[in-house]
Amino acid sequence: MSCSRRDFLRRSIKGGIAASLPLSAFKFLSPAQAKSLVRESGLRWVFLVDTTKCVGCGLCVKACKLENEVPYDVPVTRTWVERYVVTKDGKFHADSPMGGRDGFTEQKIDEQEIPPEEIAKAFFVPKLCNQCENPACVQVCPVGATFQTPEGVVLVDRTWCIGCAYCIMACPYGARFFHPVYRVAEKCTFCYHRISKGMKTACVQACPFGARQIGNFKDENDPVTKTILTQRVAVLKDEYGTKPQVYYIGLDSNVR
Amino acid sequence: MSDIYVHGLEWTVKELFTYPNEFIYWSVQIVMYPYMTGLVAGAFVLSSLYHVFGQEDLKDMARFALVFSLALLPVATMPLLMHLQQPFRALNPMFTPHFTSAIAAFGIVFSTYGMIVLSEIWFVYRTYFVEQYLALQGKTGAANTLRRLVYAIFTLGAFDTSEAAVAKDHKAVKILAGVGIPVACFLHGYAGFIFGSVKANALWMSPLMPVIFIMSAVVSGIALCMVTYIVIMEFKKFQATLARGRGDESVQIIGGVETDVIRKASRYLLGFMVAAISLELLDLIFRGYTAMKSWDILRSVMYGKDFINIFVLQYGIGNLLPFFMLLIGRTTIRKTAIACLLVLFGVFMMRWNVVIGGQAFSLSFAGYMHYKLPIIPHNIETFKEGLFGALTVAVTPFVIFYVLNKFVPAMNYGTNGAKLSNN
Amino acid sequence: MKNHVLRPLWASLAIVALVLLVRSVVVPKDFGIHGNRPDGKNFTFTFHRLGAIDDWKKFKVKYRGKQYCEECHEEKVAENMSSKHRIIQCENCHGPAIDHPDNPETLAIDRSRDLCLRCHADLPYPGSHRGDLPAIDPEEHNPGEACADCHNPHNPNLEDME
Repeated sequence: MSCSRRDFLRRSIKGGIAASLPLSAFKFLSPAQAKSLVRESGLRWVFLVDTTKCVGCGLCVKACKLENEVPYDVPVTRTWVERYVVTKDGKFHADSPMGGRDGFTEQKIDEQEIPPEEIAKAFFVPKLCNQCENPACVQVCPVGATFQTPEGVVLVDRTWCIGCAYCIMACPYGARFFHPVYRVAEKCTFCYHRISKGMKTACVQACPFGARQIGNFKDENDPVTKTILTQRVAVLKDEYGTKPQVYYIGLDSNVR
Repeated sequence: MSDIYVHGLEWTVKELFTYPNEFIYWSVQIVMYPYMTGLVAGAFVLSSLYHVFGQEDLKDMARFALVFSLALLPVATMPLLMHLQQPFRALNPMFTPHFTSAIAAFGIVFSTYGMIVLSEIWFVYRTYFVEQYLALQGKTGAANTLRRLVYAIFTLGAFDTSEAAVAKDHKAVKILAGVGIPVACFLHGYAGFIFGSVKANALWMSPLMPVIFIMSAVVSGIALCMVTYIVIMEFKKFQATLARGRGDESVQIIGGVETDVIRKASRYLLGFMVAAISLELLDLIFRGYTAMKSWDILRSVMYGKDFINIFVLQYGIGNLLPFFMLLIGRTTIRKTAIACLLVLFGVFMMRWNVVIGGQAFSLSFAGYMHYKLPIIPHNIETFKEGLFGALTVAVTPFVIFYVLNKFVPAMNYGTNGAKLSNN
Repeated sequence: MKNHVLRPLWASLAIVALVLLVRSVVVPKDFGIHGNRPDGKNFTFTFHRLGAIDDWKKFKVKYRGKQYCEECHEEKVAENMSSKHRIIQCENCHGPAIDHPDNPETLAIDRSRDLCLRCHADLPYPGSHRGDLPAIDPEEHNPGEACADCHNPHNPNLEDME
């Protein structure tokens, strides 16, 4: 434990110094400020979803469930894919059976057949935890069992969670649920075990179409960062002030 | 994998478009939780009306309400323990309180409040404990020895019943009752805050929520005390009449319910009801007038799916009907008792409509969830978060009160010879 | 008898002391505020047990990626990489490698029609990339037959069809 903490510190010091160099070159810092810059991580994980590329195959959901040991045959899931079909009368129909785990192979939505000629537009929207900058779920945890890491990922401490479901209630995105085996709050971790080893998340890797991408927002050369900064992107439900960090290309006003 | 259990799947019926992880996570026990804390807070406020504000005609009721609020106290934690997925970690909020969470303060506020109630009862009954202890001195038998030991512990070693000491007791009671009122209101107001501060929930998020909860808490607390008081007094009268009928002249005549007490209490009940209903209606009108994004789905739930629950059961049968029963006509014991029961039902429905109603619609604002209360339990979860779990919680305070009454008589102790010099 | 009025207070304080004592034993030593947010909301968002971060880092990786498969199955990967299906990860059909070939020794391959239909069932969705993919109506197109009987999933070129 102490060893890995040292590693962690060493890495954050390196990253911190790298990140703070341009700043610190121009001004003197008080010891407290210098310390804060060192503690600051050079990483901020963000996610980019290009809904125009998603075909609704659901391979991301399958990979996520198997990678993260969320029981396969239950509706709860860390990531899911929603289907939206907007008909020519302006109404929208949406579904996400089993979170889109098996993809979308039928035209029926909620037992309802929608004739192809009535469809004005239709698309798929992958969803996952937004790893908010101001996570409402963390704010309401009574015991400090869920928290934000220095890289911006929100994790759950399975040894300390009391299972009150307050965080589940506080999340405006429906990203949280109770783990069916461990009986504690469960959520997407951006595959923390993978990204901290330099790998992509399971869903990003599984997506054949590049609809999902993960990147470091503190690295201005990261392609994801470049896209977010240079293209028109949107986030889900920003009215809650949670500052979600999953950015979307091709979002529609019908998307919930 | 072993033992897979999706919490909420069994009692949630989904309709139209909901997110895959959405279920009724807060079920009937979370309805019981504010209901029970509300009763605790309300009972305490009622007892304080006498102790602090010197409402003499509430004297009998006050002593009873105090002991009853003690009986309700441990029960307020029961629904939480039954709801928690990890009940053995229930003390974690005390160990690592994360105060930005409304729930974190519960353990601390609740314990503080519990200590205040216990201390107040100790001061009210200390003389009685000493008298009991002295009376049992010299009596033989295991039961007597045990009772004597219990009373000895209850006195905390303070056997002084001189006038000066008793005067100090009186003063302490007054101070504790005074401190207790804000703490009781805080205890329950923050239960309202738990809901009111959930910004993700369109129905719950309202700054009025804590105030609404306090008002309805006092309403339910007073109503429960009145009902229980009426039932117990009438039962004692009935017993005494029976005993006298058998020719047992040693039994004194018991007057039954004091109509004055009931009349006075119901006036307070009416006052708090007006406040509670006004605030709830204000909340409703405001939502309709401002008609934010969530109003479409809220309206479809309130005026559609939950219409009977909200407007017929809660406002109609639970509020308006008892309101007029208490307001109009002569005060009779039976009418008052029925009205109070209806009020209790109304407050329960209010809690239900807030907790379950708040989860009746999806975060997508495009789908619904219906809660099917598990009746016959087939596993521990469907017991805990089903009808029988809720009934267990509802019955427990009366069991505790019964046991408590053996040692700390809440009423009528003047009739069995052991008089309380205090009060 | 001195002042008895404070006795409940002493009893209460004793209970508080007991809780604090238990707390000092039960709460992990690395529990605390472990962040440095620019807005200073460190208690709000970074109050936790530090070891929980390492707990998650230790979580087992299961999907290893195409490069891992290539180490042994070079030819298969090469064939696949020359086809349209090069964008699909081996593990999407073969299942997560985990520590294959040690654990599991063999992978459970998903050969079902449903797997192919995830992309190739026809959905007439204008505005979605789905409409651009080669698609069939599963009810009409050789129902009941395995796709792999005719199409080579590693290289599904229609001209090379057997």
